[in-house]
Amino acid sequence: MNRPKKAALLALSLLLAPLAAGAAEVNLYTTREPGLMRPLTERFTQETGIGVNTVFVQGGLAERLAAEGGRSRADVAMVVDVGNLMELVDRNLTQPVKSATLEAAIPANLRDAEGRWFALSTRARAIYASRERIPEAEAAKLTYEELAEPRFKGKVCIRSGQHPYNTALFSILMIEHGETWLRDYLTKLKGNLARRATGGDREVARDILAGICDVGLANTYYAGLMLSGRGGEEQKRWGEAVRIVLPANETAVNISGGAVTRHAPNRAEAVRFLEFLASPEAQQIYADGNFENPVRPGTPVNEIVDGFGPLVPRNVSLPEVAARRAAASRIVDEVGFDR
Amino acid sequence: MRLHRLGAAASVGLVALPVLALAVAAARGSGDLWPHLIRHVLPQAAVETAFLLAGVGAVVLVLGTGTAWLVSCHRFPGRRALSWALVLPLALPTYVSAYAWLDVMHPAGVVQGGLRALLGISDPRAIPLPEIRSLPGCIMVMGSVLYPYVYLAARTAFLTQGADVLRAGRGLGCRGLRLFLQIGFPMAWPAIAAGTSLALLETLNDVGAAEFLGVRTLTVSVYVTWITRSSLEGAAQIALTILALVAALLVLEGWGRSRAQGAHAVRESARPDRRTLSPGAGLLAMLFCALPVLLGFVIPVSYLVWAAAMRVAEFGLPPGLGEWIGNSAILSGAATLLILPAALLLAFGARGDCMPDRRATTDAALLRASLLGYALPGGIAAVGLILVFGGLDELTEALPWVPLLSGTAAALVLAYFVRFLAIPAGALDAAYSRIRPQMDWSARSMGAGPGRVLRRVHLPLLLPALSSAALLVFLDAMKELPATLLLRPFNRETLATALYAEAARGTYEEGAVAALALVLVGLPVIALLVAGGRPKGERRGRASFR
Repeated sequence: MNRPKKAALLALSLLLAPLAAGAAEVNLYTTREPGLMRPLTERFTQETGIGVNTVFVQGGLAERLAAEGGRSRADVAMVVDVGNLMELVDRNLTQPVKSATLEAAIPANLRDAEGRWFALSTRARAIYASRERIPEAEAAKLTYEELAEPRFKGKVCIRSGQHPYNTALFSILMIEHGETWLRDYLTKLKGNLARRATGGDREVARDILAGICDVGLANTYYAGLMLSGRGGEEQKRWGEAVRIVLPANETAVNISGGAVTRHAPNRAEAVRFLEFLASPEAQQIYADGNFENPVRPGTPVNEIVDGFGPLVPRNVSLPEVAARRAAASRIVDEVGFDR
Repeated sequence: MRLHRLGAAASVGLVALPVLALAVAAARGSGDLWPHLIRHVLPQAAVETAFLLAGVGAVVLVLGTGTAWLVSCHRFPGRRALSWALVLPLALPTYVSAYAWLDVMHPAGVVQGGLRALLGISDPRAIPLPEIRSLPGCIMVMGSVLYPYVYLAARTAFLTQGADVLRAGRGLGCRGLRLFLQIGFPMAWPAIAAGTSLALLETLNDVGAAEFLGVRTLTVSVYVTWITRSSLEGAAQIALTILALVAALLVLEGWGRSRAQGAHAVRESARPDRRTLSPGAGLLAMLFCALPVLLGFVIPVSYLVWAAAMRVAEFGLPPGLGEWIGNSAILSGAATLLILPAALLLAFGARGDCMPDRRATTDAALLRASLLGYALPGGIAAVGLILVFGGLDELTEALPWVPLLSGTAAALVLAYFVRFLAIPAGALDAAYSRIRPQMDWSARSMGAGPGRVLRRVHLPLLLPALSSAALLVFLDAMKELPATLLLRPFNRETLATALYAEAARGTYEEGAVAALALVLVGLPVIALLVAGGRPKGERRGRASFR
């Protein structure tokens, strides 16, 4: 085919894409990155013959769903962070799903009793500690609370306090210690920062390697990604510079999850897709593809993640964590954490 | 011809729709969030934003006008190559430059690693280089990418107007910096001001680079309010407050410009004579012009080339690359084709003074209102549009033959329209100010109607400005990220979204191939832009009656 023809066809397909229909399909709105989703959706299509149409959205997934209302073509929404997932439920953008398969696969504390949301992976917020400057015995005993102690003055790295990973952690700490404690904790933690609270979780490892800080907060799967060498040799060095500590007094765990949207035009396919995501095979992709912790009991974590030691999640109710997010976020502002 | 006014009003109406939708959201109120924001967030964010704008403003003014003055009016080694190289940073989105700079300058990165290896130092803390993740770092990164808006505008102004005045000035003994400050700069001020406002609006709207470098601007707080605080109402309130400030500044600037019109109405002229600089001054000029190219293009792009080469060597080209390029080109091309005629109508209307049925004030206001879309942060404009499209789809729900607008490529093209209409509208307005009304009058006196004047007289004269505006819109649409992410149809990746998909999870280097492709696709467009910016003798001859 010559070039102009090809371009014209491409243009036509682009404009008419929304009109194309026919074979069984499921439409997915996701904030999960394509690198993780592609193997999952491809395998699902292979097994069921159901095509998956995807839009990767960053902010505003809820707004798009809400604005499209009854005419939305989305069937499944997938997001990270319990707060984001609960926002979909609170805004009545999801619908109840009754599925014996999902109930058998996902423990009750990781899904809604009415089936309006399901966790699909768990994500532990770990302490990264310098292998070079924090002795192993000391690192092993570290807790989130200790990072605010004076001995870590100018030695802590963390991403923006307003990032969902941090507001969820702060919410969990607030549930345990109360609001006044959290304000005091964040003031002290802010005083311990080695640099502005910014960047991503990997920068914590990189900055520890560079000697900018000695300890930091970041999710475990980033360490898995770095250590696996998938990000190249350089990132492997970042990962190797840190020891991953899952705090001894139980680790703060967030989730990624999914839900069937309120007006899903392909409801049956949507449920089937969620069931697939909770299957041993898909859960293994979460574990090996992105180094997250599977929700399905019995699915092994990746061996790199296994090396971080056993994960004992703090026993908190996920909806409660989500409910405290706004309060945690305000305290972050009040103490000027990000400035 | 009243049709042009109808078209212009419709275009501006489209731009105003998302603003109205946001106003509705803001009016719902954000409960007790607003007092919290006023107390703990907005004052600090406003100060940080003011410093960022002042810093970037100073950088783009100095770099943009300084380099334009040097390459337009002087002869020095490397002048010709530098005069086009200075435009190159336009191909680079600010967020990509921010990622690249952090990687390059990080103590664990190539520069410091190399330095340490060279000096035999092992402690990564031994070389205290300035931290990029800071306000000064952000000013440097953004200023070095955005100065071409000023450079392009100033260079065109220097090359096409005022040669006689400059010659007279030189004849009277005015030289060097004085000639620039007392004659060149004031003469080119309208163009420089237009370019600077584009750069400053980009800075104000930016969220990727600022957030990444830890600068908490007002726009960053808009996003945090919307996403973390789950309050679109609060976000809309902040965004509209910013918009009101921008609008006030624009009115002031417009008022200042109309008062100063007489002073700046410089006629078109031949290219000014180039003065040959002494070897020492020539070397300095070369260094001064090379610096922004180095900071805004060579360093970040070299990093991209290196990172992309590593990825390709290990994993090959990403399989979707061709499709991403195709999608980017088609969407940006469609947006450009839609925007240009609308901008032409707006500028034609605002010209006003040659029309017997003139109502130039209304038309000029329409033209200014087109800036609303450019002054809104992209993601927030996109949310406003989502609300609008959703509302329209709801209205047509009973009419199943009316296709959905939400989630289509058409919706995305409309979003680009809203965001970028201001670029060609402003450029064409500026170009119109150089076509003397006598031309219209003569054409009209010979019986040509307004439509014919537009086609036969204006269009040929506007062609250079039109084509360079088209290229700028194309580049901006291709780099656009937040609206593209939010509005695009199923299964469609563009270069910008593909690169962001990787950056989103911290794997910037995996986005390097897409980022580099984005730059490479932009390069021929920039080459056209530079070629089109050169004044053409014969066309200029026709443009003036002298």
